[in-house]
Amino acid sequence: MSGREDPGHLLYGPQPDVAGAAGYPDAPPRVGFFTDTSVCIGCKACEVACKEWNAVPEDGLRLTGMSYDNTGGLGADTWRHVAFIEQRKPLGGQEPGVWHENAENAEDTDVFAAAARLGTDAAPGPGTTTPPPDRAPEGTPAGQISPVAPDGRTELRWLMSSDVCKHCTHAACLDVCPTGALFRTEFGTVVVQEDVCNGCGYCVPACPYGVIDQRRDDGRAWKCTLCYDRLGAGMEPACAKACPTDSIQFGPLAELRERAAARVARLHAAGVTDARLYGESPDDGVGGDGAFFLLLDEPEVYGLPPDPVVTTRDLPGMWRHAALAAVSLAALAVGGFVRRPR
Amino acid sequence: MIEPDETRGAEAARDAVTGERAGRRRRRRGRGEQPMVPDAAFSSYYGRPVLNEPTWRALDIAGYLYLGGLAGASSLLAAGAEATGRPALGRPAKLGAAGAISLSLAALVHDLGRPARFLNMLRVFKPTSPMSVGSWLLAGYAPLTVAAAAADVAGRYRLPGSAATAAAAVLGPAVATYTAVLVADTAVPSWHEGYRELPFVFAGSGATAAAGLALVAAPVGEAGPARRMAVLGAALELGAFQVMKRRMGLAAEPFEQGRAHRLLRVAEVLTSGGAALAALSGRPRDRRSAAVAGAALLGGSAALRFAVFHAGVASARDPKYTVVPQRERLRARSADG
Ligand code: SF4
Ligand code: SF4
Repeated sequence: MSGREDPGHLLYGPQPDVAGAAGYPDAPPRVGFFTDTSVCIGCKACEVACKEWNAVPEDGLRLTGMSYDNTGGLGADTWRHVAFIEQRKPLGGQEPGVWHENAENAEDTDVFAAAARLGTDAAPGPGTTTPPPDRAPEGTPAGQISPVAPDGRTELRWLMSSDVCKHCTHAACLDVCPTGALFRTEFGTVVVQEDVCNGCGYCVPACPYGVIDQRRDDGRAWKCTLCYDRLGAGMEPACAKACPTDSIQFGPLAELRERAAARVARLHAAGVTDARLYGESPDDGVGGDGAFFLLLDEPEVYGLPPDPVVTTRDLPGMWRHAALAAVSLAALAVGGFVRRPR
Repeated sequence: MIEPDETRGAEAARDAVTGERAGRRRRRRGRGEQPMVPDAAFSSYYGRPVLNEPTWRALDIAGYLYLGGLAGASSLLAAGAEATGRPALGRPAKLGAAGAISLSLAALVHDLGRPARFLNMLRVFKPTSPMSVGSWLLAGYAPLTVAAAAADVAGRYRLPGSAATAAAAVLGPAVATYTAVLVADTAVPSWHEGYRELPFVFAGSGATAAAGLALVAAPVGEAGPARRMAVLGAALELGAFQVMKRRMGLAAEPFEQGRAHRLLRVAEVLTSGGAALAALSGRPRDRRSAAVAGAALLGGSAALRFAVFHAGVASARDPKYTVVPQRERLRARSADG
């Protein structure tokens, strides 16, 4: 597909030139996020950076009891959301009690000294995450932190994942928006124009990921803009900038996809067979996500739909059925009249 | 974002064992109802919904669906009455169409987060947005119904009045059925999965409502077409609904639970009872039974729209209806190779 001439507005399927299809003849490369949840530490720097930069209002100060997650899910006032999942499944040999010998008198514990010792001790103690050199699993250089539990211990696996708007290739929110408030940017992202949105709320149930939502007090719909203002100035989005582990990576989508494939291959080689990409395939139900993920479990465990499909894929069929039904209704009325008048 | 009531549900879920591989469901109100499909084991994030539930208010949007159907089908009755010389049927049908569509527009505007920006609906024309298509449709249709009703009441401008009546009848069926596309074009399982049959359900439901109004307001002698419309409409509505539920799979379950279930039962009783009574009311030319039948049909149609609305919201609220069918789809696809 040339993409440049008239890529047309497709409702479904791979679309290699989203910006071109949206009417940008000389668009910059499509950008997005690759969120590698295998290195997320749950610090929520992304949530905070997003709120700060975009001036997103407070989204409720409540304790949910859902591990360390107190934001719950994406919404009008939560554009990045870090999910926390606690599982009994081995991963990375997280062991409770590491360096906590002095837990009763915690002030005695010098965390900086402890951190400095990590990985430098000649013979790692029983509580460290570093396997002894002779027991390092296949494919893992000895002496480095391994993603595989050295002794198969299974206390806890703690999954963390920073969720965000997927900036879908075929974005249902954008398709159904009657005012044109939601639009495709030259970067291939999906953004709401707050001065146009009339708060009809149609985008909210249209999104297959439960991302966009209406702010009750101001009535309009809000979601991640992929920091449209920062992109324009050549800066990366605030969340990616703030992420200390590079769990959130920003860049041209093509490059991110390559990087992600390599990362999965590396994790698989290291024995993390759970690792999988989510939303990166242009063949999926939304034509691929602009923001995709590396997950360590099924998507639904993270609150993500396992096989989302953009609702407008079926729109031609819906209009056809509605037209047929309209004709039936007219025929039904005519049927009421043509009978010999009583 | 967490609403206060959601927090409570989450706290209950906290007691579950970490990593338990099963969906944690909210407590189900409405005891004693058997799910149609046995509970499938599935994973979810603390039982929280995958989708954000519609922010639409039931009275506004279910009311909008109902009034659109009432208006659209009334326009058909009005045009038929005009063509067959039934002025006493035509007048209430024209007034009903104009009144219902005005009210439905009011409901739509009332439901907007920014009502003052209502005209932004006509800022663009987007075929991919049923709400945009519908807004343009209503922008054409509503003035026609008002013109038709005004000409009738004034008893003047016969020709333009007839033209408006006829034109409204051309757009009317679309007004009555496009609302099915409006709700089906979402990720809400119990709305989307019914996209093939829902327009027929709404067409039938619009017909019964319009027939009901005519039966209440028109003299029995001229209401013959309304009586037949009531019977045909009820058959279409209830028949299409059965087909729809059978084809929806798991997404049909919310129609059998809670408020949607109760409303649906009410709709079935009122619509079938009203249609039967309407059919009988022609014989002895009984004004009173025609009025009762009409009221039942109006109520039944409304109950059906509210049932559809609530079932959709319930299906968005429970991750089961999003996750399980998608999982099955994936499994089937990988089995196909
Ligand atoms: S449909 Fe949802 S996930 Fe996709 S771009 Fe719109 S808000 Fe984001
Ligand atoms: S709420 Fe705003 S952004 Fe969402 S569909 Fe309506 S006008 Fe568009």
